[in-house]
Amino acid sequence: MRTRWLAPTFYILFLLLPIYWLLNMSFKTTNEILGVFSLWPREFTFANYIKIFTDPTWYNGYFNSITYVVINTVISVSAALPAAYAFSRYRFLGDKHLFFWLLTNRMAPPAVFALPFFQLYSAVGLFDTPIAVALAHCLFNIPLAVWILEGFMSAVPKELDETAYVDGYPFWRFFFRIFVPTITAGIGVAAFFCFMFSWVELLLAKTLTSVAAKPIAATMTRTASTSGYELGLLAAAGSLTIIPGAFVIYFVRNYIAKGFALGRV
Amino acid sequence: MGGKTINHKAWLFVLPVVLLVAFNAVIPLMTVVNYSVQETFGDNVFFWEGVNWYEQVLHSERFHASLLRQLTFTSIILVIEVPLGVAIALTMPREGPWVSVCLVLMALPLLIPWNVVGAMWNIFALPEIGLLGKTINSLGIDYNFTQQPLAAWFTTILMDVWHWTSLVVLLAYAGLCSIPDAYYQAAKIDGARGWAIFRYIQLPKMKRVLTIAILLRFMDSFMIYTEVFVLTGGGPGNTTTFLSIDLVKIALGQFDLGPAAAMSLIYFLIVLLLSWVFYTLMMRSEGEP
Repeated sequence: MRTRWLAPTFYILFLLLPIYWLLNMSFKTTNEILGVFSLWPREFTFANYIKIFTDPTWYNGYFNSITYVVINTVISVSAALPAAYAFSRYRFLGDKHLFFWLLTNRMAPPAVFALPFFQLYSAVGLFDTPIAVALAHCLFNIPLAVWILEGFMSAVPKELDETAYVDGYPFWRFFFRIFVPTITAGIGVAAFFCFMFSWVELLLAKTLTSVAAKPIAATMTRTASTSGYELGLLAAAGSLTIIPGAFVIYFVRNYIAKGFALGRV
Repeated sequence: MGGKTINHKAWLFVLPVVLLVAFNAVIPLMTVVNYSVQETFGDNVFFWEGVNWYEQVLHSERFHASLLRQLTFTSIILVIEVPLGVAIALTMPREGPWVSVCLVLMALPLLIPWNVVGAMWNIFALPEIGLLGKTINSLGIDYNFTQQPLAAWFTTILMDVWHWTSLVVLLAYAGLCSIPDAYYQAAKIDGARGWAIFRYIQLPKMKRVLTIAILLRFMDSFMIYTEVFVLTGGGPGNTTTFLSIDLVKIALGQFDLGPAAAMSLIYFLIVLLLSWVFYTLMMRSEGEP
């Protein structure tokens, strides 16, 4: 079949069209956006980007988002590592029920938890800190990380563990020196998914912050509603949110397909 | 599975995860349960209400309407995204430099914050300034998703297809890549082609990843909030007010905590129940040879 490439090509074009339109808008002035319809900017301007990079309420939004996403990824993966090991190597009281309970949390609609989360994190004094958002996102990221890592760990033969015991390795030395390095790919994939779901989630991130830790996505919605509709600025801010994701995908591109196949995502 | 040792000390390994998830899941869930059986007029004064809120929600036409819209939306996007995703995965290159290019570009929509997805599609579909809106109107079709319910549905579904089909593609592609070459060679010797290869080799091998894809798409589309809220605000009227949007309107907009909490729990139970049904149905069909 010579025409096989057509389907993926058209699909990718379809994916890129709205992104192209967003970029196109981000280099236009608001007047041009509302006044003329054009496929490329007539008065090419960087003004929208300059505003974002010079105004602290804007660039702090990016720092806040990156901060809680990174904290969440670190917490989720490091807590999930021993747990996934336990699920893949041992049988213990209530293991299956526990695994299932963890997964049900992936099914909880964030809208259900928005208000109680606000009250809970206000009560423990973490409201409006990146830590609050990072901890809240653990609700769906930890089950996911455990699930993915368990898949990767089960693919490692048990003989590895046994040989290490015979050689007299204490457990923790074996775990960090030998076992963890053999599943680097799995850790990469788990970290990728934690990063992804924490980066794109807005409902909880917005509920748990007000000023100091406001994520970039929330800055965007609030600016859009308070100072009229500055479409150019909105488009520029939106375009910039694509960059971290694109960066991360580029690094894990070879693991994505593999991770989906092995992990029980 | 047989090679696992029984070791109850493994609980120590699981403890951090249990504590972190329990803090986030059990305490808020108990708060919701608490609200769902009480009435409050503020000032932390509560009155026992029993199951009144549950009865009210289950009999309210508003809830029925949101649920029906949600079920329709989820069915439509599953029917479009799953076959489309599989078709694209089948036509993707298996090796060579184009694999990375395809994977990176296809994963891009998955990593865009959900409100940016909504804002992007808003700008893209507006009839005056958007590429899509302008194009459709210039074809002579009257299209304005902020006023016409049908156009709003069309735009919302197109946005979801744009946003999430890639997930199905990536999963199906991973399933296809795990099929050993020997299978295809055997099929060739038997003279199987096109459809037969798909039906008897590729589809059975993709069953597990497709189960995952359908489950994930079901759960996530059932919880959809941000993208639709930014795109249409649930309108025009209430025509795109899905369950999460309705819930947030009741809880944070009208501050009716009791009914909102009861609705939350019913909502959560529906997701759990339907996920379980999907899962068992698909697992049962996997048992066939």
